[in-house]
Order: sequence, then C-alpha cells, then structure tokens
Amino acid sequence: MSDNNNDIIVRIRNLSFSRGSRRIFDDIDIDIRRGSVTSIMGPSGTGKTTLLRLIGGQLRPDAGQIFFDGEEVTGASRRRLFELRKRMGMLFQNGALLTDMDVYDNVAFPLREHTDLPESMIRDLVLMKLEAVGLRGARHLMPAELSGGMARRVALARAIALDPMMIMYDEPFTGQDPISMGVLVRLIREVNDSLGLTSVLVSHDIDEASAISDHIYLLSGGKVVAQGGAEELRNSASEWAQQFMQGLPDGPVPFHYPASSFRDDLLSGGEGERP
Amino acid sequence: MILATLQHLGQRGMQVFERLGRASILLSRILGGIHTLVPRFSLFIHQIHSVGVLSLVIIVVSGVFVGMVLGLQGYNTLVDFGAEESLGVVVSLSLVRELGPVVSALLFAGRAGSALTAEIGLMKATEQLSAMEMMAVDPVHRVLAPRFFAGLFSMPLLAAIFSAVGVLGGFFVGVGLLGVDDGAYWSQMQAKVDFYDDIMNGVIKSIAFGWVVTWIAVFEGYDAVPTSEGVSRATTRTVVYSSLAVLGLDFILTALMFGD
Ligand SMILES: Nc1ncnc2c1ncn2[C@@H]1O[C@H](COP(=O)(O)OP(=O)(O)OP(=O)(O)O)[C@@H](O)[C@H]1O
Ligand SMILES: [Mg+2]
Repeated sequence: MSDNNNDIIVRIRNLSFSRGSRRIFDDIDIDIRRGSVTSIMGPSGTGKTTLLRLIGGQLRPDAGQIFFDGEEVTGASRRRLFELRKRMGMLFQNGALLTDMDVYDNVAFPLREHTDLPESMIRDLVLMKLEAVGLRGARHLMPAELSGGMARRVALARAIALDPMMIMYDEPFTGQDPISMGVLVRLIREVNDSLGLTSVLVSHDIDEASAISDHIYLLSGGKVVAQGGAEELRNSASEWAQQFMQGLPDGPVPFHYPASSFRDDLLSGGEGERP
Repeated sequence: MILATLQHLGQRGMQVFERLGRASILLSRILGGIHTLVPRFSLFIHQIHSVGVLSLVIIVVSGVFVGMVLGLQGYNTLVDFGAEESLGVVVSLSLVRELGPVVSALLFAGRAGSALTAEIGLMKATEQLSAMEMMAVDPVHRVLAPRFFAGLFSMPLLAAIFSAVGVLGGFFVGVGLLGVDDGAYWSQMQAKVDFYDDIMNGVIKSIAFGWVVTWIAVFEGYDAVPTSEGVSRATTRTVVYSSLAVLGLDFILTALMFGD
C-alpha cells in the first residue's frame, strides 16, 4: 500500500478506547483510502458504531490519534470539528431522522443550515436525492409514518445532501428487502464513484459488503484481526477471516459477551453479583 | 459505618456540584449562541407558540380562580374591620407581588417545563441530537437556545396575564357577588399599588423564575439518560427541582425586595 499522505483520507494511529472498564479498542491502526469503499466488519458489539463516532469526533479516544483529510480530529476544538463534519456525512444505524419534520424537510435540513441556496434550488436538490433512494413520492410523510428500511433510505438521502467528501454508513442494509438492498448496494458504489467520495461501510452482510468494498477491516476483541480485499480475505489463511467470511459459529471470534464461565455463574446462585 | 455514611454523603455532594457545573456550562453555551437565533427567528417564534401560547389556557383559568378565591377570602377578613372597600388592594397586591409570579411559574414548570424536558430527552434518546452534531449543526443552538429564550420571554408575560385575570376574578366575586363598591375597588387599587415597588418587583420575580424553570427543563432534557426510563426520570426531576427552586428563590427575592 502506498503511504502517500494525500492518498489516505482517514488515518487512525494507536487508537485505544474504553467504556468503563471494558476495552473497546486496543491500539488499532486503520487507513481509509480516498475514493475507496472500505468496509468495517465484525461481530455485534465489537465497536463498529463506536469507531464511526470516534472518526466523527463525537467520542474522544483514551489514546491515539485520528486524522481526517490531513487534520487531527482528536483534540480539535468544537468549531474545527464542525468544520470537519461538514465534509463527512453519516448514516445512523436507526436513521435518526428529525421527527418534527417531514421527509422533504429532513433532507433539506443540512442544505438550509449550511447553504444560502434559494428555496427553488433546494427543492431540486432534495427531489434529486430522494429520487436516488426511490422515495420521491414519500416526501410528505412524517418519519413516524415510514418503515425502518424507508427511514434509513431517507437518512441516506440526507447524508448525501451536502455532497460530503466521505460518507459513513452504519449498517445501511439491515431492514431492506432484496430489491431495495440491491439498489442500495449499487447506489453506494455509484455515489462513491460518480461523486468521487470515500465511503466507510459498517455491515454484517458479507456478500453485499464484499461485492462493493475495495478494502475490508475485520474487527474483533478490540483489534484489527484481518484486513484486505474481499478476495484476499476469502483466501486468507487467517482463522478470523475464514470464520467471519463463512459465518461459522466456531472459531476465534466469540459469540458471547465476555463473562465468567457459565457453569460458575449457574452454581454461584447469584452470590457476588454486581461487585 | 460513620465513615461509609460520610463517604456516601461526600459522593452525593460531588455529584450535585458536578451537575451544577455541567448545567452552568450548558447555560453559557446557550447564552453564547444567542446570535444564532437571528437567522432562526422563525424557530424562536414557533417555540413561543408551543411554550407560551399553549400554556395560556391553564394560566388564564387558574388566574381567574385564584383571583376569585382571593376576593372571597379577602372580603371575609376585611369585612370584620369594615374595610371591604380595600378589597381591590388586597387582591391586586397579593397577585402582583406573590401569587402571579409564583403560581404561574409552578404551572409553567408543570405544563411547559416538563414538555421541554421530555421533548429534548426523546430527541437525545432517538439520536436526533447526535445526528445534528454529525451534520455540523450544534443542537445547543438549534434545539436548546430557541426553547430557552422562548421560555424566558413567555414567563413574565404569562405571569402578567395571570395577575390581570386574577384581578378581574377578584372583581367579579367582590363587586359582582359580594357588593363591594365598584369605584372603590379600582381607585384604592390605583392609589395603593406602586409601579416600582410592587409591579416591577413582581416582573423581576417572574423573569427570574422563567430563567430558572427553563434552564432546569432544558438541562434535564439534554442531560437525560437516553432511554425511556431516563427521560421519564428527567421529566419528573424538572417538575420537582423547578418547583422547589421557584419557591426557594421566591423567599430570597421577597426578603431582598420587601425585607427592610
Ligand atoms: N453509551 C454507552 N455506554 C457504555 N457502553 C456502551 C455505550 N454504547 C456502546 N457501549 C458498548 O460498546 C460496545 C460497542 O458498541 P457498538 O455500538 O460500537 O457496537 P457495534 O459494533 O456497532 O455493534 P452492532 O453491530 O450490534 O451495532 C458494546 O459492547 C456496548 O456494550
Ligand atoms: Mg452498531
């Protein structure tokens, strides 16, 4: 991999982060190349959403540095952070639409907040983005009237409204039927290539993710356990990669949240609960 | 045993100060964002509607009843001294100095404060505030500031309306039902109620109460644990804390204003 500074849009170095006593990330390095689609995969609860929030500067790491577009996110002032965030879009896991506005106003929200465009131009842009996600006809619905999958597509339209440099998708495929899933997969790739964006994709859908990703990071237990192109991972000798790519229950990736042994837990009868 | 109790007390004390600190930081951020209200003036107007105008019904109805009760009670006391002509003074002074600001602030905390906390807390629980942050929009400026300033603006007006309808309620009972002289009710009121000492002090109180109640409401919502239980607790805290704060502050302000 070329180590040209300009080529890497997100550079994470020696990142550590804990929630209480639980170590979520333990000294990890991640590079995301400009113009690529990079997937972050890993078992539920490994901290994929947390990673996106760290990149967005919503959480502060315990140690390590995160750079976005050559600027340090960690330790940036609130004002700097807001400037940086104008260049990133984020699609939240549950959509996070503003519930007091309809679909149209939700997509128009970032445009109205950050630009002085006339209303007619905003209308064109909003309809364009909604058309792209197939929900132009739903523009007068309120968020409460949308299904989960629809809400996520509206959120996608909102995330691309400002044509950011990079978009972070937190599980965009969950709750999509096969048709809209296919459309979304293509959409993410198309948006990425035609607008020259960078996409960071958190997903559990190995087939979809490997179909559009240039690079995949596998996270588990606070470490990057494998990385590479989809093909590379599939053929990799790494047990982690093998287990994850094939969805095997047994292997190095634990299914369980860390706990004392089940037998001890049953036999203890609740003593010593909550130290 | 004693040590453990002391330790516990100390911890609670620290927590209280920590929350106070966070609330103060939030307040300074809201005040620092006052200029962002200009381009979002329609939001401010919208919030005056939902915080102020929608509280109007409960304020007016309560004001009328409180005024009527004052008329009744005042008359019964005054008539023993043959001083029922002064009913207008009693009713209006009680309202303008005390009951107007205090009762309307308590009603405001229950009606508007709890709604503010619940709304902001739910926005937090559903990640709407996070999403705004990621869109480089500061929720403190976009969501909290319009609500805070709308509360600040509405509260003195609501208190004034409360006092005004209360005086009418007292008039209705005293003059209409109990036969106090119409002219005496108004002229004594005019003669005895001082603009600076009584009305302005009442207005100052209502501004202070509006400040405290909306500050608590907005902070509790923003600081709520982002779950349904957390939001419901925060809403309860808003009502309890702001009622206590209003009553405590009322004593302090009264002592300062009318103490000597
Ligand atoms: N607000 C929080 N406070 C404490 N711990 C948290 C909080 N949010 C998340 N965690 C913990 O952080 C870990 C990582 O959470 P995260 O949401 O990043 O997982 P994820 O990889 O996105 O999982 P999923 O695929 O299920 O969305 C979890 O184990 C969770 O217990
Ligand atoms: Mg997640």
